[in-house]
Amino acid sequence: MTDEHIKQAIIGIIADIAPDEDTGSIDPAVRLRDQMDLDSMDFLDIVMELRKRYGVQVPDTDYQHLASLDSCVEYLRDKMAGKQLVS
Amino acid sequence: MTHYDAIIIGAGMSGLAAGIRLAMYDKKVVVLERHYVWGGLNSFYQFKGHQFDVGLHALTNYAAKGARGLPLSRLLKQLRIRWDELDLHQQGFSAVSFPGVKLKFSNDFELLRSEIARAFPSQIDGFDALTREVREFNELDLDAPQQDARPVVRRFVTDPLLEDMLFCPLMYYGSAREHDMDWDQFVVMFKSIFFEGFSRPQQGVRHILKLLIDRYRKAGGELRLKTGVKRVLVGATLASTGKRVDGIELEDGTVLTADVILSSAGLVETNRMVGATLVSPGGAPNVAGGASPAPTGKLSFTETISVLDQPAKHLDIEETIVFFSNTERFNYGQPADDVDTSSGVICMPGNFNLPAEPKDHLVRITNIANYDRWGTKRRDAGAPPASVMRAPCPQLRGEAPRNHAAEAATSHDYYAAKQHWYERSCADVLAHVADFRPHVKLVDMFTPRTIRHYTGHEGGAVYGSPRKLRTGATGIEGLILIGTDQGFLGIIGAALSGISMANRWVLQRDGAAIETG
Ligand SMILES: Cc1cc2nc3c(=O)[nH]c(=O)nc-3n(C[C@H](O)[C@H](O)[C@H](O)COP(=O)(O)OP(=O)(O)OC[C@H]3O[C@@H](n4cnc5c(N)ncnc54)[C@H](O)[C@@H]3O)c2cc1C
Repeated sequence: MTDEHIKQAIIGIIADIAPDEDTGSIDPAVRLRDQMDLDSMDFLDIVMELRKRYGVQVPDTDYQHLASLDSCVEYLRDKMAGKQLVS
Repeated sequence: MTHYDAIIIGAGMSGLAAGIRLAMYDKKVVVLERHYVWGGLNSFYQFKGHQFDVGLHALTNYAAKGARGLPLSRLLKQLRIRWDELDLHQQGFSAVSFPGVKLKFSNDFELLRSEIARAFPSQIDGFDALTREVREFNELDLDAPQQDARPVVRRFVTDPLLEDMLFCPLMYYGSAREHDMDWDQFVVMFKSIFFEGFSRPQQGVRHILKLLIDRYRKAGGELRLKTGVKRVLVGATLASTGKRVDGIELEDGTVLTADVILSSAGLVETNRMVGATLVSPGGAPNVAGGASPAPTGKLSFTETISVLDQPAKHLDIEETIVFFSNTERFNYGQPADDVDTSSGVICMPGNFNLPAEPKDHLVRITNIANYDRWGTKRRDAGAPPASVMRAPCPQLRGEAPRNHAAEAATSHDYYAAKQHWYERSCADVLAHVADFRPHVKLVDMFTPRTIRHYTGHEGGAVYGSPRKLRTGATGIEGLILIGTDQGFLGIIGAALSGISMANRWVLQRDGAAIETG
């Protein structure tokens, strides 16, 4: 999966979790929490959706790596290698 | 024998919300419901072609579309419901009405503040300080020590009349305790009613229930109606973890096993199903009373429903909801008589800002009632078919057409008592709203017995036991309390309870298990 696909995978998950948020204008460098209404329950959902859709496991101690789109890409690049984007 | 990841007892708001969360993440889950309908206390019924809601006056916790960090927004995200789908319409305004003083409030907190500044000028600084205290308190800390609300409120509000006027709506919409509330519960209710406010869908509770049940089914959850749980089966005591839950036995004797059981049946009722007294592990400090048997809640309600021949607004009743007391000191406690009509809640569902005038123009009045007195009344007095209504004292269904005078107050006849208390209830609100009685076409009324029937709660206790197990933990591994007796009340509260307990005890555990092994 390319970096762009990883971003799309995360945006796709956020769009499902927070259907009222505008996911079109997320700044990848800025913390997701600072751009939209996401709390710790929602981060739990991002992690569970990653597991459900891509079989990727993120231990609680690594939640911090999901702070922004850019940091998600860094953290997930190896874990998502070879996976197909689910829409 | 069927084995589930999770069994949920009860298809009320909390059970359905928990079920959606678990089914969404591919858990094998079943919701077991004793009734032939779902919704629990928040159900609905048809009577003579009219549609009535059982437990919904208003949805508390209003949040505008896009509002951040509020309970309603959290709930919507967790259940993947878009704001627009809820079809929420805000209240016009409501009021707290006591002898000689009326305080209006709306979803704009400034209205309440200005009303208090007007009616209680000496108290406004204290009220502002109380507001700050409430705003800063984190009611979501489930491990915070329990404390009483009145002493805290009295540090800021010194006029007992204002104190009671603030407590009245918060107690009616969410206190399982008589005369006082837990401070964290006071904060929850204060925010949900005064900061956030009221709204409702055009179609009332059926709309919300339909959204929930559709989500649950789409996610692959199983629902069994007419399926009562008789016993919770607790396995052998393990040296490491103590007692662990095995499964449940249904009323027909079927046994189902599960890793986790989430019970919305209430603390006293779940105790009975287990055959033991449940306590938070380690005697957590938030559990008042420790390991003594859980007390049955004393607060039950009657509710009268009057269908008018025209909108309440045409009779100059403008408020959406009026919380009233006819005495300066508001008494929130079990009455000695069948009903205490000296205080209550008057709800005009048509006075929400609805896009279309509802088909029925309703006035609903809630009063505090005594379950024991209603529970022992006889219903065998050959209830005849519902008779023709006659204003100003319409007849309730099932009432024998006869002269029901004061004797009915002490009557042992259920229907005669209903007729008597219907009339008292309507007569005792007239200091607060215009006399609507000549315009009543049809009436119905439910009693503590009805509440017991819909919720299974002992004593018809609307808000369950005064003892809450805030973390959901019961001391038996795998058995978790959700809904009313976990301590989150009301429609939004119960749903959030189901969600957070499912997250904490099932979904997050999964994460932890993966991490360590
Ligand atoms: C008159 C009135 C007005 C109200 N108005 C409002 C309002 O305007 N706004 C608001 O937010 N809240 C309101 N409420 C409160 C709200 O209805 C409740 O707080 C909420 O519905 C509680 O949900 P729950 O899931 O915890 O429990 P319940 O609704 O009690 O659900 C429990 C379910 O479990 C089932 N059950 C119990 N035992 C068993 C068993 N052994 N086996 C199988 N099933 C079992 C029951 O049948 C029931 O369906 C009102 C309540 C009343 C009485």
